[in-house]
Amino acid sequence: MPRKPIAKFTVEHLQILDEKGKLDAKLDPGLSEKEMVEMYRWMRLARELDERMLKLQRQGRLGTFPPNTGQEAISIPIALRMQEKDWFVGAFRELGGRLVRGEPLTSTLYYYNGWEEGNIQPNKEMRIIPTSVVIGCQIEHAAGLAYAARYKGEDAAAVCFIGDGGTSEGDFHEGLNFAAAWKAPVVYVVQNNQWAISIPRAAQTASQTIAQKGIAFDMPVLQVDGNDPLAVTVAIDEALARARAGEGPSLIEAVTYRLMMHTTADDPTKYRGKEEEDVAWTKEPLIRTRKYLDKKGYWDDAKEEALMAEVKAKVEAAVKEFETEKDWQQDEPFRHVYGTEHANITEQHQDFLANVAREAK
Amino acid sequence: MAKLNMVQAINLALSQEMAKDKDVLLLGQDIGVDGGVFRLTEGLLEKYGKERVIDTPLAESAIIGTSIGMAMAGLKPVCEMQFSGFSYLMMGQFEAHATRMRARTHGQLTVPMVIRMPFGGGVRALEHHSESREILYAHLPGAKVVIPSGPRNARALLVAAIRDPDPVVFMEPKHSYRAFREEVPETEEVMELGKAQVVQEGTDLTLISWGAMMRPTLKAAAEIEKNRGVSIEIIDLLSIAPLDYHTFTTSVQKTGRCVVVQEAPRSFGVSSEVVARINDEAFLYLEAPVGRLTGYDVVTPYFGREKSYLPNAARVSRAIEQTLDY
Repeated sequence: MPRKPIAKFTVEHLQILDEKGKLDAKLDPGLSEKEMVEMYRWMRLARELDERMLKLQRQGRLGTFPPNTGQEAISIPIALRMQEKDWFVGAFRELGGRLVRGEPLTSTLYYYNGWEEGNIQPNKEMRIIPTSVVIGCQIEHAAGLAYAARYKGEDAAAVCFIGDGGTSEGDFHEGLNFAAAWKAPVVYVVQNNQWAISIPRAAQTASQTIAQKGIAFDMPVLQVDGNDPLAVTVAIDEALARARAGEGPSLIEAVTYRLMMHTTADDPTKYRGKEEEDVAWTKEPLIRTRKYLDKKGYWDDAKEEALMAEVKAKVEAAVKEFETEKDWQQDEPFRHVYGTEHANITEQHQDFLANVAREAK
Repeated sequence: MAKLNMVQAINLALSQEMAKDKDVLLLGQDIGVDGGVFRLTEGLLEKYGKERVIDTPLAESAIIGTSIGMAMAGLKPVCEMQFSGFSYLMMGQFEAHATRMRARTHGQLTVPMVIRMPFGGGVRALEHHSESREILYAHLPGAKVVIPSGPRNARALLVAAIRDPDPVVFMEPKHSYRAFREEVPETEEVMELGKAQVVQEGTDLTLISWGAMMRPTLKAAAEIEKNRGVSIEIIDLLSIAPLDYHTFTTSVQKTGRCVVVQEAPRSFGVSSEVVARINDEAFLYLEAPVGRLTGYDVVTPYFGREKSYLPNAARVSRAIEQTLDY
């Protein structure tokens, strides 16, 4: 009996708006002027906050944080296409998407300045899961959140972000496998920014694409230009539609570039050349989105100037509020060890308060 | 009342809580069609369906990781680790998220879940099937660790664990699964977590243990009371974390002597914490150093040597005599 192929797979790449602002009109999802302008406004705001955070960090006014610059065209269009009941399950480079979901600008400032208060949302129903500092854990949480949504009969999905480095974790493979075995309504989005701290994409995995890793779990996959907000929009729309139709999980690989350092604690000149960064800067998402708006006649320099003034003012106001003294209590952690009272915690709480009081004298 | 063994008592607790609350669901390897490798979940798939009795793919981290997601969404997952020896693969998820989510969000998101796992030696099993590693979980702030010692308290503690707002590691001494039966009432019985139980009052020595070690402990105490005419107070810890140290330090203040019996290796174990708490609260009442009978700090041997390494009633008796005679 001859050997015969029993399964064949392909991975598609989608780009609709290229770095020069050239549009493939046939593939254009046809977002309205209002939708496109809103998207661009969020991208500008996220970029402004990110740049301001870097200055604050360098001035010693903020702790270590992972900059987002260059990845605005992934989490922002995705968050804009999600529904209120959907779960937003981030890794840690989804600043724009978090803002779209309604997280206050100050939250990320509190979080990266060492305060758990940055994880507390204005209300629980916003369905934003806090950052998972441990890489990849959230992949499994998303499968569970999605299972719960279906179990409760909600018309809701989970959208989970991962970095290219995260796809090497065991939890990536276990999580995708569970999600697929359960046909859970979840969308996995890999922000492939080419670098996991100092490890380049080529050293991270021998796979030709990251998208193809989803095929092993029988998921529909798509690789998109992650700097193209239109391609990302099409990808998330398709994936969310499948999730809502009961067709299970999808994997989107969004190819982008980490223009800045991993976090403010490392120096990329140690492990990569400036030339590749220079090339990457010509492909970043805001330039092409602006070109698109200009060509459509939605935008001009006066509007740009007004927007820049607006986002700077918003960020300035957030920084001011962030630096306003808070009455947050040092003993807060004692209130949140357990949901029930125990002498062990109560007694140590008293001891802590006594120590703090003594030291305050 | 029916006479049940621990396996049947745990099954009863699961079944009754599932009947009562449709947010309670089970996840684990082979727990559905097969009814679990110990037949502990037998019948539950038929009663509650595959959406609630989930035969998962084989991955401990993902069983816990997905359950954390379910719990954050308002469900109450009760997961089974087939054996505690396989549970370390989920330690990352448990430490990084299950135990921390409440503190991370100041209670906005919580992880009410139960992780059941058979543990401990004495059943002549393969490697990784005989260890007592309760301390690994007990050391984590935010985690609750519960160890029943018999069918009746297993049922009542598991009901409490399922209703608890926090992640609970529920460690089942598998040596006691079918070793004996007790009357277990059909009607609801709940025991409070974080509370030790004085199972016998006494005046001359406090004897502390938990889990499968309660049986040799009780046997040794009965013998010594008979032979020497002394009166021994016996405490079953039941909850390892949070630890109810007031119950045993108060007891030691009364008796002045204490022996702790632990199956796990000696160093950095629960018994070390018990001795430290007695030092804190009952030092001036002590007539003798606190005695400890524990396992050894060796890699758990295969079952060919198991019997000579496990604490037994004779060794407990000797430890009690040494403390009485000090």
